[in-house]
Amino acid sequence: MSDFRMPSLGADMEAGTLIKWLKQPGDTVKRGDIVAEVDTDKGAIEIEVFEDGVLDAIVVEPGEKVPVGRTLARIRSAGGPAAEPGGTPAPAPATPPAAAEAVSPAAAPSIPRVTEATPAVTGAVAAPMPRPSARVAASPAARRRAGELGVDLQLLKGSGPGGAITLADVEGAPTGAPAPAVAPDRRQTMRRAIAAAMAKSKREIPHAYVTTTIDMSRTMDWLRAENQRRSIEDRLLPAALLLKAVASAVSDVPDVNGFWTEEQLQPSAPVHIGTAIVLRGGGLIAPALHDVDQRDLSAVMRGLSDLVARARAGALRGSELTDATITVTNLGDLGVEGVLGIIYPPQVAIVGFGRIVDRPWVIEGRIEARPVLSASLSFDHRAVDGHRAGLFLAAVDRRLQSPETL
Amino acid sequence: MPDVAPAPTTVRMTYRDAARAAIRDALQRDPRVFLMGEDVGRYGGAYAVSKGLLAEFGPERIRDTPLSESTFVGAGIGAALGGMRPIVEVMTVNFSLLALDQIVNNAATIRHMSGGQFSVPLVIRMVTGAGRQLAAQHAHSLEGWYAHVPGLRIVAPATLEDVRGMLWTALEDPDPVLIFEHQALYNMEGDLAADAGPVDIDRAIVRRRGDDVTLVTYGGSLFKSLQAAELAMAQGLSVEVIDLRTLRLLDMDTVVASVRRTHHAVIVDEGWRSGSLSAEITTRLVEQAFYDLDAPVARVCTEEVPIPYPKHLEDAAVPQPASILAALQRTTARGGR
Repeated sequence: MSDFRMPSLGADMEAGTLIKWLKQPGDTVKRGDIVAEVDTDKGAIEIEVFEDGVLDAIVVEPGEKVPVGRTLARIRSAGGPAAEPGGTPAPAPATPPAAAEAVSPAAAPSIPRVTEATPAVTGAVAAPMPRPSARVAASPAARRRAGELGVDLQLLKGSGPGGAITLADVEGAPTGAPAPAVAPDRRQTMRRAIAAAMAKSKREIPHAYVTTTIDMSRTMDWLRAENQRRSIEDRLLPAALLLKAVASAVSDVPDVNGFWTEEQLQPSAPVHIGTAIVLRGGGLIAPALHDVDQRDLSAVMRGLSDLVARARAGALRGSELTDATITVTNLGDLGVEGVLGIIYPPQVAIVGFGRIVDRPWVIEGRIEARPVLSASLSFDHRAVDGHRAGLFLAAVDRRLQSPETL
Repeated sequence: MPDVAPAPTTVRMTYRDAARAAIRDALQRDPRVFLMGEDVGRYGGAYAVSKGLLAEFGPERIRDTPLSESTFVGAGIGAALGGMRPIVEVMTVNFSLLALDQIVNNAATIRHMSGGQFSVPLVIRMVTGAGRQLAAQHAHSLEGWYAHVPGLRIVAPATLEDVRGMLWTALEDPDPVLIFEHQALYNMEGDLAADAGPVDIDRAIVRRRGDDVTLVTYGGSLFKSLQAAELAMAQGLSVEVIDLRTLRLLDMDTVVASVRRTHHAVIVDEGWRSGSLSAEITTRLVEQAFYDLDAPVARVCTEEVPIPYPKHLEDAAVPQPASILAALQRTTARGGR
């Protein structure tokens, strides 16, 4: 038996709200399965289990906000003994998850419903709303207010259309639990989380920077030819090649890929590239694209598209928020020439790419127009020296001169 | 002291007069503006909106066209592409269907298909709606169809101020704007500020403040809705009336802000219910204000029949103050049982 805990989904996360369980007690789970959704400052995240077994008991119900590290459920490892018969089963949540913004911890007492009486349909102008049998008819506004006030809808009599419980019915009812604080605006909380992480990084990490300009003509020529022979949906964007070049350059200079923890550099063997993604409506997030060094270009491209789509839809997985070993920020689409990023702790480096733009370029004494790219590396000078940082950018450049090997 | 009468601050006129004043003003402001359509010149317009303008501005700028909507709407698109600012009058929205290809496939798409190189600064005015016994081929409300189409802006002036002020703003817009004038409004009389001028074509407006229920409407249904709100007030129900003014893009911010306060919504739409603007607004309320709704959204639409000719049947087919009042009572579960 082991505990499945609220994971830390980033250096800036202190607590998360369980949105819903995707597995029920008794379900078999495998390492990597998504078992629950958790709401964090950065959006709804799907969280995974890290062992095989059976979900034995759910400890935290949807709607509860718990600190990082708190047990969410117990998992019986494959072949382990079952829990005590009496100790199981957390009853299914009394309210469906969608309406459970503020489920009061006290379980609803089982009192017969007083809303059973069929509403009198009187000379109706419109057909009465069909009413799901087991569910109390209450307006969305009434349901939300009842959650805030801790009012049990089962105990109310509705005065709205078709006998539905209205806002006024709820507000006139005796209250139960105190109203929880209104959830703060998500955009504001994300802004604050970013602010905290960035301020901490700039305060604590001695940033140093190297920059270079890379001749992209080979890469762009190769990409053009490559995309000609690919179907439209399989075409590659330059961003995929850049990610791949970074991942590959890491093998030359492993020190830029890892973490600064406990006063020492801990290089990472896997290369998980945090990819900065702007969210619509403001804010950003840098989820990890896993094992970029192990994937071919098509897989990197697919992974990138998928990651962007899921980041914007708010459907990232927990591991994607915590696993990045180095970050890439690419502001080329915005038309800027270059960017010097701030390191996301505890990582030690962030690569910045600008726009690929035609510029005069000197080739053997002649000036030619060439597509060039401004690249930078911001690095934690505690962990890495300028020499190694320079070698790394040179390695990225070298990779982009032989794009066919990426 | 000589007895000098102060200059009048308002002028008594009809909706028709205000529409005409808007066209005259545009013709005077900008030599690129001209009016084109069936019978707009010698006859003075099917609804007499352009009466007198031919004599004032001449046949170069007030142009009678053949009875071919596709031809003259297409010519308007060409003129707009060529740098003019045409006002094309289509007699009714029913007839505009003959020009649907020009409007939907050309006017609405040229900016897109030219990669932003060309725009179509065209204004099409057309008459919509029932109420004057013009029967099924002259009285439908199809503005909701046009509001489906990206690339068009759709506006529906319900007041003297708006019919006077929306035209110039529409002409200044680089993209095609369709203005829907309701046939039952032309004879409506009111006082218009003597210095009335251009108004925005972006925002909905609250025409009456209220706390209990939000009534969303536009065009010819506005005044019926205001009457219904008055009747509801007598029964203690405080109704906020929103005039959408612009049907694409819909100003949902104004609607949602009101519904967040009142928690109830009734939509009055002279289009048919199925697949209508009222359906779109209802859906957006569900998407944007679900947890603020305290009752199902109610709709008052035209019965799903071709608009009948007989007066009593025409009246029964379209929204009326009584049917709007019933919807207000139904959604708030007050009275009217």
